[in-house]
Order: sequence, then C-alpha cells, then structure tokens
Amino acid sequence: MTRPSRFGQLRSTQIGLALVTVASLALTACGGDSDPLSSGDGDNGGGGTIVIGSQDYYSNEIIAEAYAQALEAADIEVQRDFKIGQREAYLPEIESGSINLFPEYTGPLLQVWEPDTEARLADDVYADLVTAAEDKGLQVLDQSPATDQDSYVVTRAFAEKWGLETIDDLAKVTDPMVFGANSEAENRPNGPKGLKDTYGVEVSFTPIEDGGGPLTVKALEDDDIQLAIIYTGDPSIKKNDLVTLEDTKGLFLASHVVPLASEDLSDEAAGVINKVSAAMSPEDLVDLDARSVDEQLPAATIAKDWLEKEGLL
Amino acid sequence: MTWLNANRDYVLDMLLQHVRLAVPAVVVSVLIAIVLGRIAWRWPRAGTVVLGTASLLYSVPALPLLIVIPVLLGISLRSGLTLVVALAVYGTALLAGTAADAFRSVDARVREAAEAMGYSRTGLFWKVDLPLAVPVLLSGIRVVTVSTVSLVTIGALVGIPSLGNLLTDGFQRDIRAEIVTGVVGTMLLAIALDVLLVGLGHLATPWRATLPKAAAR
Amino acid sequence: MSLFGDALSWITDGAHWGGPTGIDHRIVQHLLVTFAAVALAALLALPLGVLIGHTGRGRLVVVALAGAVRAVPTLGLLTLLGLALGIGIEAPLLALVALAFPSLLAGAYAGVEAADRGAVDAARAVGMSEWQLVTRVEIPLGADVILGGIRAATLQVVATATLAAYISDTGLGRYLFSGLKSRQYDEMLAGALLVAGLALVLDLALATLQRASRPTTGKVPS
Repeated sequence: MTRPSRFGQLRSTQIGLALVTVASLALTACGGDSDPLSSGDGDNGGGGTIVIGSQDYYSNEIIAEAYAQALEAADIEVQRDFKIGQREAYLPEIESGSINLFPEYTGPLLQVWEPDTEARLADDVYADLVTAAEDKGLQVLDQSPATDQDSYVVTRAFAEKWGLETIDDLAKVTDPMVFGANSEAENRPNGPKGLKDTYGVEVSFTPIEDGGGPLTVKALEDDDIQLAIIYTGDPSIKKNDLVTLEDTKGLFLASHVVPLASEDLSDEAAGVINKVSAAMSPEDLVDLDARSVDEQLPAATIAKDWLEKEGLL
Repeated sequence: MTWLNANRDYVLDMLLQHVRLAVPAVVVSVLIAIVLGRIAWRWPRAGTVVLGTASLLYSVPALPLLIVIPVLLGISLRSGLTLVVALAVYGTALLAGTAADAFRSVDARVREAAEAMGYSRTGLFWKVDLPLAVPVLLSGIRVVTVSTVSLVTIGALVGIPSLGNLLTDGFQRDIRAEIVTGVVGTMLLAIALDVLLVGLGHLATPWRATLPKAAAR
Repeated sequence: MSLFGDALSWITDGAHWGGPTGIDHRIVQHLLVTFAAVALAALLALPLGVLIGHTGRGRLVVVALAGAVRAVPTLGLLTLLGLALGIGIEAPLLALVALAFPSLLAGAYAGVEAADRGAVDAARAVGMSEWQLVTRVEIPLGADVILGGIRAATLQVVATATLAAYISDTGLGRYLFSGLKSRQYDEMLAGALLVAGLALVLDLALATLQRASRPTTGKVPS
C-alpha cells in the first residue's frame, strides 16, 4: 500500500519557492563563522579518567587497545572511544580535549598540520611534529620504532615483467599505468604530481576510497590499476605477494606510530605509554595486523597477547 | 558463523546502538510529518510549499548532511544527535506528503457526522481524523522505518557507531562474514520493526479487522 | 566566513569547469549513471509491477521482497559487490539498481491497481483482450502513479549516485569524497549543492511529464 506519488501536485514555481526557502534557512542559520568541526564538548569523561580514541582502522585499534590495557594494569582509569572514523572526524575532538590519548602516525599527522612540510626522515618529522603539537596545545609522546607508512606497491608479476625494485624503475615501464589510491592522494605530494616532479614518472589516477584495502588489492590483481598506495604494516602485502617499491628520493614522509595526547596527561601515564611504544617493533605491528586479518580476532585479545609476551602486563 | 560466535557481544552492542539511533529518528519524523501533513491538508497553498521543501531535502546526499548539521546546530560531528537529526530530515521528507494524503483519505462525510455530533476541533483531530488516517500513515511510516534503519549504517563513515561499523571494519579486514553479518543484521532489524509496526497498526485500528478486505483497502 | 558562501564561490570559480575533472563533465557522468541505474531497474521492476497490479497475484511475496531490498544498506551492498566485481562502475551501478527497484515496483503495481475498476470492467465488457486492457486502460490510467514511482526512484538514485565515486572516478560524488578526505569543506558542500540542484532539475522535468500524463478531460479522483 505504499504510495510513491506524493509530489504529484507540485508546480515548478512552488518547488522553486521551496528551494529559496531552504537556501535562505540554510544561509541565515549559518551566518556565524563556525568551523564545522571545532564543536567537541570539552568533556573529558570525568575526573582523572583518560579517554582513549582510535581510528576506524583495525591496526590502529589494536594499538589503542594496548595503551588502554597497559594503563589499566597500572591502575589508571581509562575510557575507550574506539573506531572514530577518519582523522577529520576525531582530530578536532583531541584538540578540544574530549579525547586525551590517540595512536597516531608521525608523517601523516604532520602533513595535516603542515601540508607543505619538507621533512622526510623519521627524526626530522618527529622534531617538527613536537613543535606543531605544542602549537595546538597538545603533546606527542615518544615515537615507536613501529612504522606504518604509505608505500607504492605493484604486483609481483608486474615487477618481474619490468624489473622493478625502486620507484625510479617505473620510468622503464612503457605501457600506460593507472595509479589507484584514496582521492586525497591526487593532490598530495606523494600522488601523481609528486611522482612526475620527483621521479619523472607519468601515471593516470583513479580513486579507490578504501585506504589500500581489499578493493585496492583486487584492482591490482585484476590489472585495473598497476600501482597503488598500501600501508607497509598491511599484511595483505605479504599475503598477496605484492612488491613494495623503494622510495629512494623521499617522496613519502617517515611514519612511525606515535601517541598524541592532551597536554595535561600525567607523567605516570606517559611513562606507561612510552614503554609500550618502545616495545613495539615494525615486525610486531605487521604480526598484530596479520592476526586481526587472518585469525579474525578482536583487538582486545590481540593486544593482550602481545602485552603479555612483552612482559608489559 | 565462527566470526559471529566469537564477536557476539560486539554485534549485540552495535545492534543496540543501531536501535537507539533509528527509533528516535523515526519517532521524530513521524511527529513532524503529522504536523506538516496537517498544515498541508488545511492550507493546500502553503502546503505545496511545505511539501515541496520537504521532498527537496530528500535529494541532499547523506554524507555532506552529516558535516553540515553539526555546523548548523553547533553539536559535535560524532554525536549520535547529528545522525538522528539527519535521519529525521530524510524521514520527514519521505513522510510529510504521505501524512497529507492520509488526512485527505478521511471520508468527508465521517467528519461532517462527527462535527454534527458536537466534536470540538481538537476532539475531531484526536478522535476522528488521526485514527482514520492511521492506515495510510502507517504505510508511509513502514517505508520510513525500513529506510531509516538501513541509512543508520552511513554513520560509521564519520564515527557514529552502529551495525554500519561491521561493514567498514569487515571491509578493511576483508572478513566477509562480518560484512554479511552487518547487512543481514540491518535487514533483520528493519523487518522486526516493520512487523512490530504492522502489529501496532492492527491495535490502533480495531475496526478494520471486521471490515471485508476490499473495503479495508 | 560562511561555508555556504564559500561553496557557492567554489562552484562559480571558472577553474573548476572544463576538462576531465570539471563540474560540467562530472554532471554529465552523474546523469549517465543515474539514468542507467533507473533504466535498468525500470526494465525489471515496471513489467513485474504491472503484472502484479493486473493479476493481483504474488503481491505479498513481491512486496515483502521489495521491502527487504529497501532494508539492504547501500554501503554494505556496494562493498560486497565491489569485492566481487572489482573497481569501476559496475558495482555502484548494481547497488543503485537495487536502490531504485522498490520505488519503481511499488509505483507500477499501485498505479495499475488504482486504475478505476469501473473503467476496467467496462473495457472487459466491450471485449478487450487482457493485453489491450493493460496497455490501453490500466497503464494510461495508472501513469500518474507509475511516474510518481519513477520520480521517487530518480530522486533517491541521483542523491545516492555520489557513492559511485567510492570506487570509480565518476560523478559529482568525487567532490564529496575528495573534499571530505582533505578537509576542503567548500568543495564538499559545493558537490552536495550540485547534486541537490541536479535532483531539482530532474524532479521538475519528471513532474512536467507526470502532469502531461494526466487525462485532460474529466478529473480522476485521487
């Protein structure tokens, strides 16, 4: 008994009027200079409790879970606020103080605050990030040896066909290449523009909005794209026998795991987190990710096993 | 099934969050739509503008709406309220026209009879117009409920938890069982609420049970 | 600084027009995807709906099925289809077809069903075949409601076609995603306004068509 014809009696003039109504409502309501995302409520979840956030990215959630369990083991109260979409959704809440602790990545985070940064090496990036965080009234704790950074990958077959090891080698490819990545890559220094300017390699671009996830891998295997950006921590590189091309000219910023925290985070808590960061090697992170994908375990279990193995629980 | 067994608590938690977002959105849109429908029915000229505005809102893509609403209302991007407001906007857009139709579907002779019996204007609304509008209204509410339940999932893209998280997380980790759980869970929830609505509809219109089927239509 | 003002100036900026990523090109892509999805869905849904409306058979099953399809989250369907079919326009197109299907079906059977029974009986009495009955009486009488279904489906699809940009370089949705990811909210809002504007134009066109389909003499009670 659904009646889809509801707008049947409308005239164009009336719809036009309606449009004007909507537009004027919208315009009056938005007269202020409101920044869309600076609207966190500043509530940090009660006295002394540390609110820990994580991205909607399984690897990030495991790290956040490791922070949470390590803090709990030190009798510090925490509140988990995990799987918060992308950086644009949660960063304002860290800046406003409603989230106190968040696992981040040095390179990408610096690029948000300083899009034109020239820093590429791990220590330079970290040093710049410390200053940038202070400017925002935040702090970054010690960076971990664990890295999870963007990298260019190709299929094994493609690499062998053209003899590819470094990004430089892409210049040898004479067929047209399609490069697939999240849409922001199109205008980032490590996108098609950067490839051309830094390496002189010409590619066309197609967006795949899954951050180097399964769709991207499938597109590589289907030969719909030949080049993709995938995180080095992603177990799919090993699983699908993909080849990471070495970035000899520093197109990508070094990207170490780094805790981003409120300025007032206690020294005791910072000490606990720094121990966790120090214990996590790059190989550890890939293993943790692999357990999440292959054994399909929840983040809490994976984090607990790892903390126990490292003697941190 | 293995995945579901290992993650039952998580799935139930997300299901609960899903209900908490979907139900208020539907309730709010029903209330607003009844008011707008009533206006459109009483003052047809103003009504066409109101209904036109409402139907136009439906064409705004959902994702930007989730960014624009916090700006307009000054609430947090990640607040569940953002999603409830967005869904209520869509629900109202879908339902306002149906509500106007529903009031139009009330037999004028019945209203005249009720007026002759001395019903006041409010009495007429609550005791005659609204109950008799229920069948048509309900058909619209059912559509809105089902589409709202399904739309809640997009909240996962901006960090508002629901069964939609199973879609994004399952997708990233390539766990198809998780995606399927999210899709099937959403559908089951929609169907359950739909059945509930049909039941409520029967309770609200006891006279229809005694009418022959053709007349009830 | 008004976000809406910024969005409007983003649209009117000449640099954003022309070329393969220009607004004009994106609008054409968006329209093509929308038309293709609605047309494919109509190919399935309209004959089925007319059949159900005419015979009154299988109504419950098909209505329940359409309801279930309506409940499928488009995002979930898109990701599953994407994993099965790979990147490109196929997966989003299929997801949009599924989205358009219920409204079209509902419009078709409700329209045919709502055709004045007196007129149908009269047509039968003068010896029309079932085929003639459907094509000459029921469909013309139900055209208003059937077109209403097409309008509703088109509105839904044109707004949701933005999702096509999730896995392909297509349509106005590209502005939404690239704006969202790089925090360029003027670009994102501009995309939303363009989609809403496009929806308005399509809706006006279909409304005109719908009005033209109404019988000119003798008002049909609604």
